[in-house]
Amino acid sequence: MADTITKNSPPTGGDVTPLISLPAATARIATVAGSVLALAGTFMAWTWTSAFPGDLTVTGYPGGLQVLVLISSALTLLFALSGYGIRGLNWVAPGGPNAAARLTALGTLGTVGYTLGAIAFQLGGVVNLEPGAWVAGIGALIAVVGSLALPFDQPFPAGDPDKGGWARFRHSLTAPHPPRARALPSAVEILIIVAGFALGLIVFTYGIDTEYGELFVGFLITVAFAFTGLARAGLVSRLTALTARYRGISLAAAFAAALCFPFTQDNDYYALIGTNILIFATVALGLNVVVGLAGLLDLGYVAFLGVGAYTAALVSGSAASTIGVEFPFWAAVLTGGAVSLVFGVVIGAPTLRLRGDYLAIVTLGFGEIFRVTMNNLNGASGPDVTNGAQGISAIPDVKIFGFDLGSPHDIGGFTLGRNANYFLLMLLFTAIVVMVFNRSGSSRIGRAWVAIREDETAATAMGINGFRVKLIAFALGATLAGLAGTVQAHVAYSVTPDQYEFAGTAPPNSAFLLAAVILGGMGTVSGPLIGGALLYLIPAKLDFMDDYQLLLFGLALILLMRFRPEGIVANKRAQLQFHENDQLDLPEQRLSDTAVDTTKAGA
Amino acid sequence: MNTMTTTTTTTVLDASDVTMRFGGLTAVRSVSLTVNSGEIVGLIGPNGAGKTTFFNCLTGLYVPTEGKVSYKGTVLPPKPHLVTQAGIARTFQNIRLFANMTVLENVLVGRHTRTKEGLWSALLRGPGFKRAEKESKERAMELLEFTGLAAKADHLARNLPYGEQRKLEIARALASEPGLLLLDEPTAGMNPQETRAAEELIFAIRDMGIAVLVIEHDMRFIFNLCDRVACLVQGEKLVEGTPEVVQSDERVIAAYLGTPFEGAPGADELAEVEAAEAAAPSTNSRTEEAQ
Repeated sequence: MADTITKNSPPTGGDVTPLISLPAATARIATVAGSVLALAGTFMAWTWTSAFPGDLTVTGYPGGLQVLVLISSALTLLFALSGYGIRGLNWVAPGGPNAAARLTALGTLGTVGYTLGAIAFQLGGVVNLEPGAWVAGIGALIAVVGSLALPFDQPFPAGDPDKGGWARFRHSLTAPHPPRARALPSAVEILIIVAGFALGLIVFTYGIDTEYGELFVGFLITVAFAFTGLARAGLVSRLTALTARYRGISLAAAFAAALCFPFTQDNDYYALIGTNILIFATVALGLNVVVGLAGLLDLGYVAFLGVGAYTAALVSGSAASTIGVEFPFWAAVLTGGAVSLVFGVVIGAPTLRLRGDYLAIVTLGFGEIFRVTMNNLNGASGPDVTNGAQGISAIPDVKIFGFDLGSPHDIGGFTLGRNANYFLLMLLFTAIVVMVFNRSGSSRIGRAWVAIREDETAATAMGINGFRVKLIAFALGATLAGLAGTVQAHVAYSVTPDQYEFAGTAPPNSAFLLAAVILGGMGTVSGPLIGGALLYLIPAKLDFMDDYQLLLFGLALILLMRFRPEGIVANKRAQLQFHENDQLDLPEQRLSDTAVDTTKAGA
Repeated sequence: MNTMTTTTTTTVLDASDVTMRFGGLTAVRSVSLTVNSGEIVGLIGPNGAGKTTFFNCLTGLYVPTEGKVSYKGTVLPPKPHLVTQAGIARTFQNIRLFANMTVLENVLVGRHTRTKEGLWSALLRGPGFKRAEKESKERAMELLEFTGLAAKADHLARNLPYGEQRKLEIARALASEPGLLLLDEPTAGMNPQETRAAEELIFAIRDMGIAVLVIEHDMRFIFNLCDRVACLVQGEKLVEGTPEVVQSDERVIAAYLGTPFEGAPGADELAEVEAAEAAAPSTNSRTEEAQ
């Protein structure tokens, strides 16, 4: 118990005064009571009519947005109770419970507030709110006020000149890194990893299966706050420490979770969203080789996806194909990859001698040239290869060993539709790309890429042939995109030039691919996958804000770059576990170090 | 680690009549310099004398307008990576580490020319790849031991203190197994203690059988360290010889401290001015206070 108290009581010798001054006991009681009230509110009716999607009129059975509020307030309650130092709840917040409680409370308030606003807006006035909505709203508000009155998890930096409310508020949402976890039996640790990925699958599936835009917005709010809350509580870093220790098992668990996804879908449309996410995320990961590792800004990357897709379409045996050949799928994949490789080398060889901005402009030009050329090879303004704007349509489904991916199959009592089949096929490609990224990244060639990105002059002075190494990165990236393109052609039934433009409202396009890499986190595997999933889902789900989509997207990107420039998943090279003392140049250490070195060097 | 120095000296680096012009400006004018095995040669000269330009000509960063550079008898191609592959490694005046890579990774990058594993072997991960990676890591750790950075192998290079960043740059250069190491101001910004440590380190490198060519402004350091010193002034080699010779050469002193110009105040005038200043101390002190 003593250990609990020292861990959860604020560190002494620093300013931990909360934003709102209330007695500490009152603040904690308010947080607990508020979250209980919000939780109770979700079991009551929020509105009188089922006209609002999700049917929030049932008492005793939360539905739709109420479920999200329920989860969020339950988390708040958990963190608030953990702050009492209750035995058995310590593991919930090894980093510190207060910031996590604040974040989840804010998330609850955000979701409730959004729901109440949406009801009032759609049904025409606040009169449409039933008491349950008010109970939940007031509960969330009390929880937020109470949690803001909880002390900081780490003292406000004394030297910080910015003592304004905003700075203090932002600081109140931070928590120290948790201490190293006690070692558990490895079976338990592996179970925790599996549970973590299972949770991830559930959250992801819930997001894809949201049936209406309001629920998806609520989902985003809840997940964003809850995830940040869990990160501040230190649970995320605990989990990543575990996944770093069991790399192979984690990778397998991640793919097992992804493999389970089509079995959870009874609606083949959602499986199609999953497949498209996978294609988009895989291409983003391929781009990450070029941008994240080698630091080459490629603004026309989607063209390589197009090259692969067009190649696969031409050799697919489609009636619209101008060359009447039909390759088996594996040969089509190899051809698509090879043609993309050739294009990558042809584009890369003259341009990779350029640095920085010039390369970006040339690749931007190449992306557009590809699209325009595909438009013009229509028999009228050029030879008929691609049917111009009509594209190549009616691409037949893939058959592998007599297994037709186009028709549903029953596996273990689950019916897998066409798109679910393609999801599984694409997952294989994703696995290949992840493997290529991992293996090339942590090798001599990968180190050379990062060295080139960091300082090209120094890298060449270390004996790296900059041009050659960059060309390998560029060609490898092109090949990976081409491979994904061969699947994409079959999934989409047809390929047309306007699928492969620089920027548009729907992914994949070059701008979105680059955004997925930067948003997710450059140089990481999970970053582009998460970024790709988000960037695909958001436009697909929020079609009601069609006209403002790009505007909001730009706004979100600016905000992200302001507050988290490293992306969602930060690239910690080689799991630097000494993050807490980031400034390592401690003066007192330095003297003794050099003294030791003198003797060593002299020896 | 200590390969004994051979008793017979061979010429490692032979730069003959290297001239580098940038448009109308001649930064280096027909400079010849040789470095023999087992030798530490110093290159001194005032700022802007062309020392770093000369270095860049040696390492292929610049293509010399005239003249040629040969290493152990073969003429070097003007490509930095080929020069490194031939056996010349260098450090930079302003530290150029790969800031976001770990200390160990920085040294491993230095091993690039001495390993052959390409993309395919990285993807297939055969036994050869694993062996090469293991060897590289062992060699890199040896070098980190040697420079005293082994304990910080997993730190990001940018988090190292300044003196250790300099050492890491040297370790990285040594990883390419050079026959000649070019050091561009290795003690810039160091305190006397660190400078002494650097001196020991360079002696130890020489004892490994690596010839060293070093640019430096710290005269005590250079005259302690070097077997031979060349002085570069305005792109031309002024004098070359043992530290004693260079130290006492009037032209070198003049290049550093300046020569009395035409009509410069002689001793008499100087005494006069000093007397005048002594006569009016109050005005001086007042201005000092005002400042």
